[in-house]
Amino acid sequence: MSEWWTYSLSDFLLFSARTYYRLFELYNIDIWPAQSVALALGCILVALLWRPRAGQGRAIAAILALGWMWVAWAFHWRHFVTINWAATYFAYACAFEALLLIVFGVFGDDLAFRPGSSTHGIGFALVLFAVFGQPLIAPLVGRGFLQAEVFGVTPDPTTVATLGALLAGGRRAQWRMGIIPLVSCVLSGAVTWTLESPDAAVMMIAAAVVVGAAATKTARKA
Amino acid sequence: MHVMKPRLHVTCTDRRSPLAQRRRVVGALVALGVGTLLPAAPSFPQGKPFLTRAIPSSGEALPVVGLGSWITFNVGNDRVARDSCAEVMRNFFDAGGRMIDSSPMYGSSQDVIGYGLQKLGKPPRTFSADKVWIASGSAGRAQIEKSRERWGVPRFDLVAVHNLLSWEEHLPTLFAMKAAGQIRYVGVTTSEGRRLKEIEEIMRRQPLDFVQVSYSAVERDVEARILPVARDRGIAVVINRPFREGALIRSVKRQPLPSWASEADCANWAEFLLKFIVSHPAVVCAIPATTSVAHVRENMGACLGRLPDDAMRRRMAAHVEQL
Repeated sequence: MSEWWTYSLSDFLLFSARTYYRLFELYNIDIWPAQSVALALGCILVALLWRPRAGQGRAIAAILALGWMWVAWAFHWRHFVTINWAATYFAYACAFEALLLIVFGVFGDDLAFRPGSSTHGIGFALVLFAVFGQPLIAPLVGRGFLQAEVFGVTPDPTTVATLGALLAGGRRAQWRMGIIPLVSCVLSGAVTWTLESPDAAVMMIAAAVVVGAAATKTARKA
Repeated sequence: MHVMKPRLHVTCTDRRSPLAQRRRVVGALVALGVGTLLPAAPSFPQGKPFLTRAIPSSGEALPVVGLGSWITFNVGNDRVARDSCAEVMRNFFDAGGRMIDSSPMYGSSQDVIGYGLQKLGKPPRTFSADKVWIASGSAGRAQIEKSRERWGVPRFDLVAVHNLLSWEEHLPTLFAMKAAGQIRYVGVTTSEGRRLKEIEEIMRRQPLDFVQVSYSAVERDVEARILPVARDRGIAVVINRPFREGALIRSVKRQPLPSWASEADCANWAEFLLKFIVSHPAVVCAIPATTSVAHVRENMGACLGRLPDDAMRRRMAAHVEQL
């Protein structure tokens, strides 16, 4: 790309805010009642994180992987691609994230949780926000419930829940499952900021909280 | 105040070719005023002249305002939004519009235009302008064919190389398609003042029919080189992003329209900004994009009445810059 410095984010955005959020509305109508199943899985995710039990990490990774797979196929591959040809690549990235969660989280049992650790509380709060808070953002900013973004079926809450779960865990190795969600946070933040959405800061703040908390924990250990 | 007429085309460097000779003849006719204000196809109650400009390479007249589709027509499978876009197209055609512009880069815009054309009974006056946008030169034909199917037209009137992507490979294909009657015109595009030097070189060396660039009262880089070269070479200029994706018109709309705008028959800011652009003698048409029926009507208003002369154009630019 020549003269790359002359490009701004808006040069890469193919759709308007109205079209983007209308996509969520049509998507939600199309996949109903998948949202209720996803919400139930979100509640199980919260319960699993709340109280340690056998197989906790594998179960959490499996729920998250299911969410990423659904987002890859139903959201990006079938819906978002109708207004953004790049959604095909997003679908591949989400499918790869699901694969990482299955390989390292389900089979490798890399997700381990230590309630009471410095980051567990912040991670748990992020998961709570993703499951119960993010679906309320659309109606709170005036877009209505039909445009709500629900954990497990739309990208942003699934991303925040994944980062929250990884932050709540205690192993450094599990962060190889966090690269795609962090990139997703930045991309989503850039898109919503360019669209001048009132909630544009949400994903950037979520990413900053995760990176900040993880960095603080690492610094303390050192 | 009077309606401007373009001046005589300067001879091309390849003037011995039949194409260049035809351009000279057409250019001379244009200089005499033929094809500058050709008869209006639609009827308008205002009784004002309907403004068209001649494509220098053929003499074919085009209304000075077309319809872009960047962002606005990328509405995916949303039936309500598609119908709304079709309404915009209906009002565009009803007001005498012809050129609709799109690109494979614009998401679902081509499908939405195809939907609109089908719904409106495939208006015969449609001037279909699309682009080739793919890195591989050998994949150009296939992409153009896919685009044509999405539009649902028998052939494109104009195909341009989008943002000069692999233009060295695509232009020979486009010229071959033109020779075979598969398309009617060939062009290249850029936007927001990028790669103007390269565009100028291509304009000087290739027998282009069209070039598409950005131009507005506050973005006038093309006045220095591109527009004069286009006149010299007999290349039609299409102007994209005339309102800078809406930012310019949103900005000026906070202020009242100056009273002297009526001297160029401008009733609103859209007409003011568009008439500034299309009154440049090298410009054949501007292609604002919109999702609003009211806005497309305003835009098409720039096809009616008088155009500003040089002095007034300077005044318009100074006024907008000051705002």
